[in-house]
Amino acid sequence: MATKIILNGEAVTLDVADDTPLLWAIRDHAGLTGTKFGCGIGMCGACTVHINGRATRSCITPVSDVAGTSVTTIEGLGGDGSHPLQDAWVKAQAPQCGYCQSGQIMQAATLLQDFPNPTDEQINEVMSGNLCRCMAYVRIREAIHLASDAMGTTASDAEEKADA
Amino acid sequence: MIKRVILGAVVILVVAAFIIVWNPSISRIDPPAAGSFKQADVDHGKVLAGLGNCGTCHTANKQKPFAGGVSFPTPFGTLYSANITPDLDTGIGHWSEEAFVRAMREGVDREGEQLFPAFPYTHFTKVTDEDLHDLYAYLMTRDPVSQEKPANKLEFPFSLRPLQAGWKLLFFDDQRFEPNADKSDAWNRGAYIAEGLGHCTACHSPRNDFGAEQTGAAYDGALVDGWYAPALNTSHSTPVAWTEEELYQYLRNGGSELHGVAAGSMAEVVHRGLAEAPDSDIHALAVYFNDLSGAGGTDAAGARKTAATAIRDAKAAGQRQMGHGEQIYAAACASCHANDPDSPNLMRPELSLNSAITAPDPTNLLRVTLEGIDTPSGLDGVVMPAFHDALDDEDLVALADFLREKVDRPAWKNLQARIDELRQP
Repeated sequence: MATKIILNGEAVTLDVADDTPLLWAIRDHAGLTGTKFGCGIGMCGACTVHINGRATRSCITPVSDVAGTSVTTIEGLGGDGSHPLQDAWVKAQAPQCGYCQSGQIMQAATLLQDFPNPTDEQINEVMSGNLCRCMAYVRIREAIHLASDAMGTTASDAEEKADA
Repeated sequence: MIKRVILGAVVILVVAAFIIVWNPSISRIDPPAAGSFKQADVDHGKVLAGLGNCGTCHTANKQKPFAGGVSFPTPFGTLYSANITPDLDTGIGHWSEEAFVRAMREGVDREGEQLFPAFPYTHFTKVTDEDLHDLYAYLMTRDPVSQEKPANKLEFPFSLRPLQAGWKLLFFDDQRFEPNADKSDAWNRGAYIAEGLGHCTACHSPRNDFGAEQTGAAYDGALVDGWYAPALNTSHSTPVAWTEEELYQYLRNGGSELHGVAAGSMAEVVHRGLAEAPDSDIHALAVYFNDLSGAGGTDAAGARKTAATAIRDAKAAGQRQMGHGEQIYAAACASCHANDPDSPNLMRPELSLNSAITAPDPTNLLRVTLEGIDTPSGLDGVVMPAFHDALDDEDLVALADFLREKVDRPAWKNLQARIDELRQP
């Protein structure tokens, strides 16, 4: 049965079996390959996308479970790739091989939404499910702190402007 | 002479039994015209049908609301719900209001047949005349759907409907709701909804060998329809008591920061049943269940403090483990469920506060982990992936043991057996 979702802001109909993992609907049917297949059992985080703004492992989420939701992939996160996390990723030179990075960034976006100024401990707790075989964890953590600082600055700038 | 006495006694017994068992048929009526009901009554009836959650048990196919056909496996066999649309041949189109009221209050259908108490007339008997009238008005103005009720598959002798008369003698009180003068109006309203149409104990209380609710164990928690309905009285397992505010949030929106998210059958209750109810009714339910859980003296600040301690303790206990369960938790669970102890986030349901972990039965944790939570359930728009292919039995047992250890509860003993049952297609 076809499932209708909003994918990166556009209404799409995914004509796949109900139990198809969302990952394959996104990659093979919608043609967006930024989201990666890693382990296929929700244990590595490479397939992380946002469902209604929350990081979710798409490889074990059946497409029928997300009918009517808004799904965002790495392609839709900052629109033109200018999300503060993407900037920070470049600044910190976080990726090495890059395979896990779209999942890392999607998970980090939810992390910063829930913990705008995360401690190292909070980053470790929330990001532990996103594996990086290149062991770029130190730079990933640095990039998250950079993004947090940038977003904090932006938010307080906006507040100051609003106050003025 | 003795023969005559025995014969006389037998005749008296047979006649007495007949009088108890026999109920007259109530004549068929031509269905009342839709215009014969006041719109206000129909509208109120819709709210009442929600409070009674009629649609969940009486709707097998969402395209055919109230047309029945939902199966209920019981220890006595499988029952199917009736078509309660006003269809003339397969529904209740020929039922007068008198027949409807008798079914709701006495568990007897229009033709005088005993109904089985899977239909909770034991609760509906408490409902007022006015509410029954409005509910009747609502149901009789639905679209009629022609759909025969599948035949029940009950084992003999449980299939004999007249035997239900005996069951009623033992377990049924034909009594309207009596307010408690010592309690507030809101409490009484909450009690009226919960004990009457809401039939909350039908799921949240254990049943005896005859399938009747154990009155001495009301709200002790029970396994029903493949989900564990947790205890709602003072024996509740969660570290934080249910404050009015948390109850209100949970029943209105489907989730509470200090408890968790409504899943399974309770998701239906919140998102389908209670959705139409006014805030005042949700508040009344919150007042009633707050009292029932023994949390009357707990304020919001106290509840948050208790929660923070519970989360800190669970984190500390979790860090002492480095086994397989901890590894799975770190890889698969923490990214969505880890919290700041001082401000647990509704969108990150905190497991150490959740009855799925603290209850004496592992069913809810296992089911949610295996099946995930889709969009209509749980919180609006939040989904949980399904781990049925991701975690094998050994992983699930290790994870459940780890989560129980985190909250300082003894390991569940029946994990493998429950996993086997839940993995059945």
